[in-house]
Amino acid sequence: MTRAASTQAGAAVLQLVVEPHEWRDLAQDIAVAGGRLLALWGTNRVGQCDTLHAVAIAPPRLLLISVPIADGTRQYPGVEDVFPAASRMQRAVFDLCGLRSTDRDARPWLRHAAWPADVFPLATDPMPSPPQSLIDDYQFVRVEGDGVHEIPVGPVHAGIIEPGHFRFSVVGEKVLRLEERLGYVHKGIERRFTQMPILEGHRLAARVSGDSGVAYAWAYSQALEQMTATALPRRASHLRALALELERIANHLGDLGALGNDAGFAFGLAQFSRLKELLLRATEQALGQRYLLDLVVPGGTRNDLAPAGAAGLDECMVQLTDEVAVLRGIYEEHTGLRDRFAGAGTVLPELANWLGLVGLAGRASGQALDLRVDAPCAPYAELSVLRCVQQDGDVLARVTVRFDELFESLRLVRQALRTMPSGEYVTAVPVPLSGAFGVGLIESWRGPVIVGLEAGPDGSILRCHPQDPSWHNWPALEHAIIGNIVPDFPLINKSFNLSYSGHDL
Amino acid sequence: MLRTLQQILKTGIVTEAPPAPANELRVRETLESRIREVLGRALCIREVDAGSCNGCELEIHALGNPVYSIESLGIRFVASPRHADLLLVTGPVSRHMEVALRRTYDATPDPKLVVAVGDCGACGGIFGSSYASCGAVANVIPVDVVVPGCPPSPTRILAGILAAISQSPVRST
Repeated sequence: MTRAASTQAGAAVLQLVVEPHEWRDLAQDIAVAGGRLLALWGTNRVGQCDTLHAVAIAPPRLLLISVPIADGTRQYPGVEDVFPAASRMQRAVFDLCGLRSTDRDARPWLRHAAWPADVFPLATDPMPSPPQSLIDDYQFVRVEGDGVHEIPVGPVHAGIIEPGHFRFSVVGEKVLRLEERLGYVHKGIERRFTQMPILEGHRLAARVSGDSGVAYAWAYSQALEQMTATALPRRASHLRALALELERIANHLGDLGALGNDAGFAFGLAQFSRLKELLLRATEQALGQRYLLDLVVPGGTRNDLAPAGAAGLDECMVQLTDEVAVLRGIYEEHTGLRDRFAGAGTVLPELANWLGLVGLAGRASGQALDLRVDAPCAPYAELSVLRCVQQDGDVLARVTVRFDELFESLRLVRQALRTMPSGEYVTAVPVPLSGAFGVGLIESWRGPVIVGLEAGPDGSILRCHPQDPSWHNWPALEHAIIGNIVPDFPLINKSFNLSYSGHDL
Repeated sequence: MLRTLQQILKTGIVTEAPPAPANELRVRETLESRIREVLGRALCIREVDAGSCNGCELEIHALGNPVYSIESLGIRFVASPRHADLLLVTGPVSRHMEVALRRTYDATPDPKLVVAVGDCGACGGIFGSSYASCGAVANVIPVDVVVPGCPPSPTRILAGILAAISQSPVRST
């Protein structure tokens, strides 16, 4: 085991290189110390050992782990019994890189029928042309017994939602088991990265999951800035934090409206979507786009804050603070809403801890991790974010965390505007040396977004792996629905609001 | 309940008024009359995400907010392609969604319209065509109108829907 330690992103970073047989022990040590696996990916190397990479956090330590896999074996020990969320990540590593874990579930995960089982998109070049038949036969787990029947839902859903498949096993209206099948929006993002110049990859990163564009572009740029030892201008990091909190506010407003609507309270959707539109317009005035997909660039931001827009943004924050307070009062005193929210889709802290739930859903189930607090990059240490945690783990708790975080983000935006440093908002970033490696970690509105980046020769990307918090939380949704009734699924699903695109890559 | 009613009264109607000269409003005014003229009833839309990053979905959702108030124009999002006049498709079309998109198209009764939304739906966007992506929606099903943008604003999406309806022959009722 070799170690290298440094301090960056506000946390003590430990870089470890371990042999495959040491990986399980290390994973267990991390779990015992209360740590979390945040990301897992494979990197194929021509003429060298392939590598398994992992990012884990055990506050205040951040661990970047590489496991070289000896030529010819293409296998490494699985850790799904230590970190349950690793199971699907390991299956995805095989689908894309051909590196197999020793764990039992070897069903394909991201691969449906677009490419054959013996072809690995990150290791094969050129890729063979796609097969004629795009139908495959996935082995769902069957639930047997008197009166049990299956309800297949998707991939095309009834609302304006991303595609995925849910297989419910039910008795009457009660859900015995839910099995998710994802991968429908797999569009080859990781291979696409390797065809882009490294100084332009942030544009693709922002589109891994459009609702978290600021978080992804920031995480990508952060990794690149680490690799090139670029010092970010203070104004740039403030502008990024401003944008990240605006993204959080926009999504929380949207979700709070949709959650009201899914519980039969259309008033909530009308009111919150009106407020969201106000916010998007103020955002456009201040920063040039309704959704800030192109704002964060390596070295800073694409544009500065428009002087008139800043005042408008501040006024908008004041108005939203007042109006959301009124709406929160209405949500809280509405007995029908409370009846639907309370006790629905519960994931208790103990289960959440075992499953490794992260982000806002994690915090609603007593899992305190918030990268803005636990591994704060600039400027979060000086903004000092209030951590919002609930213990009940039901839809109501996730609604409460959203309200609390919404108010906190409204405060953070005003604080960022007030303390905005003067000076440059962007600085030049050089092309990193071949082999340079960096990891970006940003707390998106949904949870921790991780981007692992490794430079190839001449300003190319050897490997870029974005890990969405949805990887950790999708498995928890399967648990949350057990014992609930089918008609509550849309509400419970919305209360997590997980990304398909960010997961399917 | 009292507070809910108070809030409704206080909010009033925020839907932007038709006579204003803004482009976005002209689109809506024209759109409403074209829908009546062409369809003689509500336009029913089935939205299909065939592989998007979910950015376009955010702006399509915004069409339903009280400011754009798409339902007050006689346009409705429906839950099944069998109820739809128009498919609003975001892309790029992933290979894994190719079959589902074709089936959705086949399940939509004729005559039908297809509007591809976003740079990716229009031309594959930043994802392009690859082992996993078919690129533009038009590579998989016939498309009447494309609305570029990343993501396009709600106004642009409305304008695209209008363009699709303007092309279509008047239906006999």
